[in-house]
Amino acid sequence: MTILAFILAGTLAAATPLLLAALGELITERAGVLNLGIEGMMALGAAVGFVVTYNTHAPVLGFAAAALAGLALSLVFAMLALGFMANQVAAGLAIGVLGLGLSSLIGKPLESQTLDAPAKLAIPLLADLPVIGALFEQDLVVFLTLALAVVIWAVLNHSKLGLIIRAVGENPSAARALGFRVLRIRLAAVAFGGAMAGMAGAYASTIYTPLWADGMIAGRGWIAVALVVFGTWAAGRIVFGALLFGALSLGGLIAQAAGVALPSQLLASLPYGVTILMLAVISSNRRRMRLNTVASLGQPFAG
Amino acid sequence: MKITFERRAALSRPVLFAAPVIALSLAMLTSLILFAALGKPAGQALYSLLLEPFVGWYNISEVLLKMGPLMLIAQGLAIGFRANVFNIGAEGQLIIGALCASALPVYFPEGSSPLMLPAMIAMGALGGAAWAGIAAGLRVRFNANEILVTLMLTLIATQVLNYLLLGPWKDPHGFNFPQSVTFPDAALLPILLTGTRVNISLLAALLVSALAYVMMRHRFSGYQLLVGGLAPRAARYAGFTEARAVWVSLLLGGLMAGLAGACEVAGPLGQLQRSVSTGYGYSAIIVAYLGGLNPLGIVVSAFLMAALFIGGDNAMVSADLPVAAVFVFQGLLLVFYLASLTFIRHRVILNWTRRA
Repeated sequence: MTILAFILAGTLAAATPLLLAALGELITERAGVLNLGIEGMMALGAAVGFVVTYNTHAPVLGFAAAALAGLALSLVFAMLALGFMANQVAAGLAIGVLGLGLSSLIGKPLESQTLDAPAKLAIPLLADLPVIGALFEQDLVVFLTLALAVVIWAVLNHSKLGLIIRAVGENPSAARALGFRVLRIRLAAVAFGGAMAGMAGAYASTIYTPLWADGMIAGRGWIAVALVVFGTWAAGRIVFGALLFGALSLGGLIAQAAGVALPSQLLASLPYGVTILMLAVISSNRRRMRLNTVASLGQPFAG
Repeated sequence: MKITFERRAALSRPVLFAAPVIALSLAMLTSLILFAALGKPAGQALYSLLLEPFVGWYNISEVLLKMGPLMLIAQGLAIGFRANVFNIGAEGQLIIGALCASALPVYFPEGSSPLMLPAMIAMGALGGAAWAGIAAGLRVRFNANEILVTLMLTLIATQVLNYLLLGPWKDPHGFNFPQSVTFPDAALLPILLTGTRVNISLLAALLVSALAYVMMRHRFSGYQLLVGGLAPRAARYAGFTEARAVWVSLLLGGLMAGLAGACEVAGPLGQLQRSVSTGYGYSAIIVAYLGGLNPLGIVVSAFLMAALFIGGDNAMVSADLPVAAVFVFQGLLLVFYLASLTFIRHRVILNWTRRA
């Protein structure tokens, strides 16, 4: 495989955990809830997914357990943010700290253990193409995640369910007047986001880098939250953003291919620096932000 | 049965004081169950975590040592939180503060000027403020969310620290450990309590707390800040702006965190290390909330959180608990506190009649 093909293939894999978490957060935020605990839920999912896969040798069980763990933690968030009408920023941070702590606690006994990387699937014909063929030889989750992105786009924009979710996020009082149970819909949206973040963590720890190291999520949950802002709450643009960050996280490989030697710390900082840059560029268009931002985002609703 | 929350006209005073106590009890109970489920000696763990820090003068002095930076940072953060400006990157501002303060002793390891220490403190505080200032500038000028920017800046600060300690600032005689040279005496803070590691930065932190209290209660500027953040539109009509609330909140928050960083390297560490912060910047967020975002409350919650840090170290040895246990406990504490806060702001009404 040439280095270019390697980068192409790696970009999709690196983008997958970001995309899974960001798509979940998209639904949560579209329903009007700001969950900043994604990093913690991803970390918990990563630990639970790793421990279960390590012990059962069944990646599917690992993913399921991770989804449940993320979901459970998101329910704690929902209890605070929806049940007790707590400040959503503070509640998200609390969940983040809790998730990171639980993640280290659970992963501790398996520090530095590894898993077998799962087999890759090649799409017939397409995978045989020169150079870009590598794009079509990925693990199953990559394909499923991309398919899910399409489903989420379709549901949000072209289905009754999507209309309800958006209504609850844009104007919860009106949605309730129409007879929708705002808190229940928000609860479901938060739970979905939690399960997705949990699976995003499991992908990172069991497939992308199948090795347990404490703190391995390393800000990816936060980048996922930022991706929802860059994508201005639209699934298509979020996919694009995730691919960009997937490529950035391969900065080391790309720099090597270009023949430049840079300090590894500079390369590691690259995604964070670009996140700041993109936030500034996209948010500076205040008109577009106002048009796209979910109107009731982060505001508690007394049900 | 239907449960409804009705907003209270005024905050409930008794609940305001009861909430942290209730949160602490529930967090204790939950972690007791959790540790037991993990097969750890739960009773021993809780004893180490909560009581041992207060046994013996040495333990108490270590609690006071940790209390300083937590209190300092939390006071700075609370200014912003009260105005709805969420600086969650104090950890990075602390690291940059520590870096800036360390530059002097790193380049002048034999320095003995009495100006060295004050210059280090000033550089640390300014460095922290400048790092947070990036987020303020981006928020005001480009509308970029300060929560995400301050967090990303923290991740970058960690990489800068690693770069310096693995490269140009590594002690050439340090057996390849990622740490700087040990600082000369002129770069170290005087000890406050003889026989302990507690230095005069604790006094500075208490002074800052007193100032924060005065500013919040008695100065118009504190009020302006609050309104600027909470009701930007109303504030603009009254002649002060959201932009100012953002600048003041972030610069002061960064200043305090940078100061704390400088005091760590010039205090108990005596050199720049990778572990210059053991999560102070994140824990200070919890300290600020547990203290009810009130300068006096923060003094108490900083003491409690410092005890928890020392207790965590003890529990690692006595109950075989990983460091992460402290973070689990901190997270639980904030979760339960936020839940109990609802009862400060709301009256709970139980309605036993079924809805038709």
